[in-house]
Amino acid sequence: MVTTLKESRGDKWFLVSTYIYLCLALIVVVYPLIYILSASISSPQDVNSGAMWLFPKNLTLDGYKLVFENPKIWNGYMNTIIYTALGTLLNLAVTLPASYALSRSDFVGRQLFMGFILFTMFFSGGLVPSYLLIKNLGLINSMGALILPVAASVWNIVVARTFFQSTIPKELQEAAHIDGCTNLRLFIRIILPLSAPIVAVMALFYGVGHWNSYFPSLIYLNDESKYPLQMVLRQILVLQEMSAETTGAAINGEVAMAMNSKAETASLIKYGVIVVSTLPIIAVYPFLQRYFVQGVMIGSVKG
Amino acid sequence: MKGKRQLTAVSGNHLKNKSLGKRIWQNWELYLFMAPALLYFLVFHYGPMYGIQIAFKNFIPSKGITGSPWVGFEHFERFFNSYYFWDLLWNTFSISFYELAIGFPLPIILALAFNEVRNGPFKKTVQTVTYAPHFISVVVMAGMIITFLSPSTGMIVRFIELLGMEPAAFLTDPAWFKTVYVLSGVWQSTGWGTIIYLAALSGVDPQLHEAAIVDGASRFKRMLHINLPTIVPTITIMLILNMGNILGLGFEKILLLQNSLNMEASDVISTYVYRAGLVNAQYSFSTAVGLFNSVVNVILLVTVNKIAKRTSENSLW
Repeated sequence: MVTTLKESRGDKWFLVSTYIYLCLALIVVVYPLIYILSASISSPQDVNSGAMWLFPKNLTLDGYKLVFENPKIWNGYMNTIIYTALGTLLNLAVTLPASYALSRSDFVGRQLFMGFILFTMFFSGGLVPSYLLIKNLGLINSMGALILPVAASVWNIVVARTFFQSTIPKELQEAAHIDGCTNLRLFIRIILPLSAPIVAVMALFYGVGHWNSYFPSLIYLNDESKYPLQMVLRQILVLQEMSAETTGAAINGEVAMAMNSKAETASLIKYGVIVVSTLPIIAVYPFLQRYFVQGVMIGSVKG
Repeated sequence: MKGKRQLTAVSGNHLKNKSLGKRIWQNWELYLFMAPALLYFLVFHYGPMYGIQIAFKNFIPSKGITGSPWVGFEHFERFFNSYYFWDLLWNTFSISFYELAIGFPLPIILALAFNEVRNGPFKKTVQTVTYAPHFISVVVMAGMIITFLSPSTGMIVRFIELLGMEPAAFLTDPAWFKTVYVLSGVWQSTGWGTIIYLAALSGVDPQLHEAAIVDGASRFKRMLHINLPTIVPTITIMLILNMGNILGLGFEKILLLQNSLNMEASDVISTYVYRAGLVNAQYSFSTAVGLFNSVVNVILLVTVNKIAKRTSENSLW
């Protein structure tokens, strides 16, 4: 910021209230996160009675033991890792070459292609026609249904294109062409090595998307052994809880049995499972924050 | 220097003098680069658009999309005349506008506040922490909402009791659904939403501030009259994008938070399409409802864009 000569009284008050506002925002966001972390290692009686309100009380690791002993969660974890890895690779393979091509001003027809892609951002066939398409392609209950329909995102293509346009000097490409370098060689040998930041940003954006996705698996998978983590979480966090607390209807499954016999164990599982499923992202996030932010900013340069 | 000029002259020439065919041939590999993406959009985005025709047909799976008989606007009429039509429309619009009214200005205010504070560990911490909830999956988010609002043991419910108030049945009382939905969204995405405005704020010309300081403008005045106007174009673009998506709102979260007791307030067009189409297999009917949804979205987007263009010269296209 600009250094002022001397701050007036009003300015000081304004700054103080800004700090107070930011502190409030910090507390509001961080409190639930700490609470979950503490609750996952505290005795469930203390959590449910309200005795545990910030720091863990009567430490116990039973919650995590139950989570890690649950074969469904393990299986979901494995599936999610596979879907995320393969899905992200496919995303990169589709997104990067296309965005590079679209960034080249000497690429005849790029406006046409861009329009073709952008149109899908504003108009879509809708849920049922998409479902019928996946069904007709024979992808129901397969990994293909989870990764092929999201092989690229318009927004990410635009972001990557903007990056290529703004950071790769045109002269570099011209020089390479004069030297007789083909576009393929140019892209693999020169452009990609210079574009590590955007490759990282794209991998992160797509990767988080795959990790957190649940709806495609809800509609396209019917074999529980193929469920990704989010579907298992939905069973534990949303379905069981809702049926137990709001309707009182009969519930099934091993988790539900644990809930009926020991309501406390269930609450332990809930907090443990939230931590275990979110931790991989939250743990790496501070280190990757720079890239994420960069990605959003690149995208914001040209709407 | 001379070498460089020659180089650009050469490349300039070879672009100008070559015919369209040659220019295409020269970059044939770029079409190869484009091919997977084009194929993907053609199959998975334009493919379903072909399927939209079943909204005007009575889709019979065994006969396929082309073989099913045409029925015109029958499904649309059925939807418009159904007793839940107005409820769905009201819920969809009211949740959207509620979200827009609360959730849209907050990131702007937070970004302006971030911008006032000196760069340091405090600012970094607040930013890192407020961005974080963005990475929580919608399922975990719904799980957190349900757990925290649980009538007997929920953290928020106990907190309200502590304040000496009577907590509401947040998830089972239709009157509360929209507030729960909107406020949880604010918690999750306000911090992340600041990034785009911070990027815009970094473009503020420091000379403007210097001049204003000389003129004796207070910090608050400078924020209001220098920082805020600088980001107005970004605000406009974000508003247009948000408006274009007004009927496609947080479908996944609503679906997860929906239960038989709050249905009256939580059922929106997209959840209805899911239920009618995929759960009850009324393919044609729910495609018609979905098409209605998409068309309204496009109309909204185009209209808002036009208004923005006329009033502020900032628009998407």
